[in-house]
Order: sequence, then C-alpha cells, then structure tokens
Amino acid sequence: MAEIIQEEKQKGGKRKPKKHSTHIDMTPMVDLMCLLITFFMLTTAFSKPKVMEIVLPEKIKKNEKVEPPKIADSRTLNIILGPNDKVYWYPGKADAAALVPLQETNFSATGIRQVLLDRNRALFKKIEQFQQDVISGKINIKQDSLRSAIRKLKTDDDTGPIVLIKFYKKSKYKNLVDIIDEMSIVGIARYIITDINWLEDNMVERALGVPITSAPTAHK
Amino acid sequence: MPKIKIPHKTPHVDMTPMVDLFSLLLTFFMLTATMRPSEPAPIDTPMSVSETPSPDANIMTMVLSADNKVFFNIDNGPDTILHFRPKILQEMGKRYNIEFTPQELRKFEKYSSSFGVDIKNLKSFLAAKEPKDRAQYEKGIPLDSLDNQLAMWVLFARQVNPAVKALIKGDSNADYPIVKKVLDILQDKNVNRFSLVTTLEKVEVVDAKK
Repeated sequence: MAEIIQEEKQKGGKRKPKKHSTHIDMTPMVDLMCLLITFFMLTTAFSKPKVMEIVLPEKIKKNEKVEPPKIADSRTLNIILGPNDKVYWYPGKADAAALVPLQETNFSATGIRQVLLDRNRALFKKIEQFQQDVISGKINIKQDSLRSAIRKLKTDDDTGPIVLIKFYKKSKYKNLVDIIDEMSIVGIARYIITDINWLEDNMVERALGVPITSAPTAHK
Repeated sequence: MPKIKIPHKTPHVDMTPMVDLFSLLLTFFMLTATMRPSEPAPIDTPMSVSETPSPDANIMTMVLSADNKVFFNIDNGPDTILHFRPKILQEMGKRYNIEFTPQELRKFEKYSSSFGVDIKNLKSFLAAKEPKDRAQYEKGIPLDSLDNQLAMWVLFARQVNPAVKALIKGDSNADYPIVKKVLDILQDKNVNRFSLVTTLEKVEVVDAKK
C-alpha cells in the first residue's frame, strides 16, 4: 500500500526551496488498528454469565438422629423429572398399597408452570400485587429491599404447596436448572431437592413402559 | 503534435478521522476486555431467569461437560499477590505425596482455565507445551469413593481460601447422576450454598385463569 507523493516541478530557473509535504502515510497504522480491534472484539466476553443460587439443607450425619419434619400431605406436591424433558407429578404421598397415577406434563408455559401456579395462586398474586404497587409508586421502597421484602412474603406464606423435587436417573442437568427456575418464576416459597425412592422409581418406569428395576429391598 | 500529458496524481484519502475512530474503539475494547480462558470442553450452559451476575473473584468452579467429565477450576484470589492456586496445588501434592517444583507451581498459577486431570498426571500435564499434548490427560477428575480427588480439591481450596464460593457450571446435557455426585461431594465438605451458572432468558408468566 505504498504511495508516492509527487512533487510538482517548477518551471523557470529560479529554484524555490523544496516544500516537503507534511503528510504522513497512515495506511500501515490503520491496518494494524483494524487487526487489533478485530482481535479485541472477538476475545471480549461481553455478557457476564449469570448465576442462580441454591441452598441445600445440611446433610444429616450417620450417627445423628433427626426427626423428619412433619408436612401435611395435602400441601405436598411431588415432581419427578424423567428422561427426555418429561415431568411427572403427583400430589400427597406415594403409597405402595394405593398407587396414585403419575401425571405427565412438560416444561412449557402451559405445563408444570400452570400446575404450580394453580396451587400457588394466592402467594403469586400477593407478590405480583406488591411488585405492581412498587412500580406504580404506591409503596415507596428501595430496589435492594424489594428482594428481601419478597423473601419475607415467601417465608410468611403458609398456604402454598411444599414441592419435593426428585430426579429419575436418566434426567439431565438442564432439567434441574429448569425446575428451580420454574420455582422462582412462580414464586414457590418452599421447595427441596431430594432423592427419589424405589416406589417413585417404579412409578416412573411404569409410566415410561420400561422394565422395573428397583425393588423395595434396594432402599429403605 | 505533442501529446498532452495528464498529470499523474495518486488519489489521496485523508485517513485521520478513520484513525481517530479506530483509536477510540481500540482503547474501549482494550479496557473492557476480560480475557476468556479457553475451556477444555465446550460447555453449553442452560437458560434461566436469574439475573444475578457471577462473582469475579473467590470462586471455585466445578465444570460438568456433556460427556460427564468433571473439571475443576479455582481462581487466584482477589489479589494476585495472594497466590492461592500454587498453595492449593502444594497442599494437594502433600496429600498425594507428589513434590511439585517451583516452576510447576508457577505454571499452574498461570494456567487459568479449568482442568480435568488426575493428580498423578498433573506433572506431565504441566510439562506439555502444546494444547494437543495436554488434551490426552484431560480425562476428568476422579470422584469415585476410592479415589475422590474432587473432594480433596474442594477441601484444600476451602482451607487455603475460606471465602471461596462454589460455582457449578454444567452442560445442559450432563446427566443428573453426575450432578448428584458433585452435589454430594460438596455437601460432604459442608458446602451447602452454591450457584449454578446459567445464561439469561426472559420469561413472561401469564396466569391463564386470572
């Protein structure tokens, strides 16, 4: 990209002192800059990844005796995540004598979200109303304390469902994130991730139509 | 008849504004750039509605790849003079009776992306110069009950840097049993609060039966 700057020749005998043009050739500089800009643009990680915080209860030590918390069967909702993004759920407690059929649904907006929303409508409405009031200026509250105010609403709630989330062995990591996400979308106050028991394993396998693998002796 | 000579002029474009603009852009990108370390395995994080940004320092990351390998990464602390990485490696070396030379410790400190290497192979992993040579050692960190190295990494990371936060960066298609294993290891080491790395996705909740 060289460039020649021509100097005009003067006619006549008189020679004026040569006028050097003060022009600097910037082409190589531009070349280099283009290269650097492209490099930095491609290596920059613009959007920072987001994180979702979860807290699990402390593990019970082997020699420690802890009474399991008493939960009303009417409030519990069991969600079992199956293979291929399938979601199974049943209310109450699984009983080997009287098996409740599993309801099958999915992760779409009309799937498990509606089920949860139906059960959590009171709290969801309360949170939504609260947020509306903050936006419209009825309640004057700082943005930081909004979060803790919503958390307070959630801890005070004693009507919403208690969701037990269980995973069938063929579910994916994505399902774990999706279901916790649903919990925060619908504003479920109480949910926990627990181990699946053999009975529920059987129920999923029956629903899937695969041979049943777990037996009562395998687990407690 | 003499030919009329057309003065031969090179067309000249004034590049000053262009250079101005480029310098500006270059400065901007250089200042905002945070280098993205190359990961040994491509991770496609799942989507969520969470808007909390991930912390900058004091993090240990458990990376779960789609083929169910576990990688581990720990940062050097909020200040570079803290040298957390070599300290953790030294502790690991003591535990597994491997002596790491100062050169190896320095190399480990500089190597900023996550690693999935058995501690016994870590010496040759650090000695490898080309990424191609390194790849053969990246088999995932052993975490079965016989040889639970991930638990040891977590333990020493927390001993050296008590403020460390646990981050799980999993691929969407990682199987749940491996996630469960990692969660169990964390809970065994009394880490009950941790974060899952996700990508932001907007979701509108419509209550159909309002």
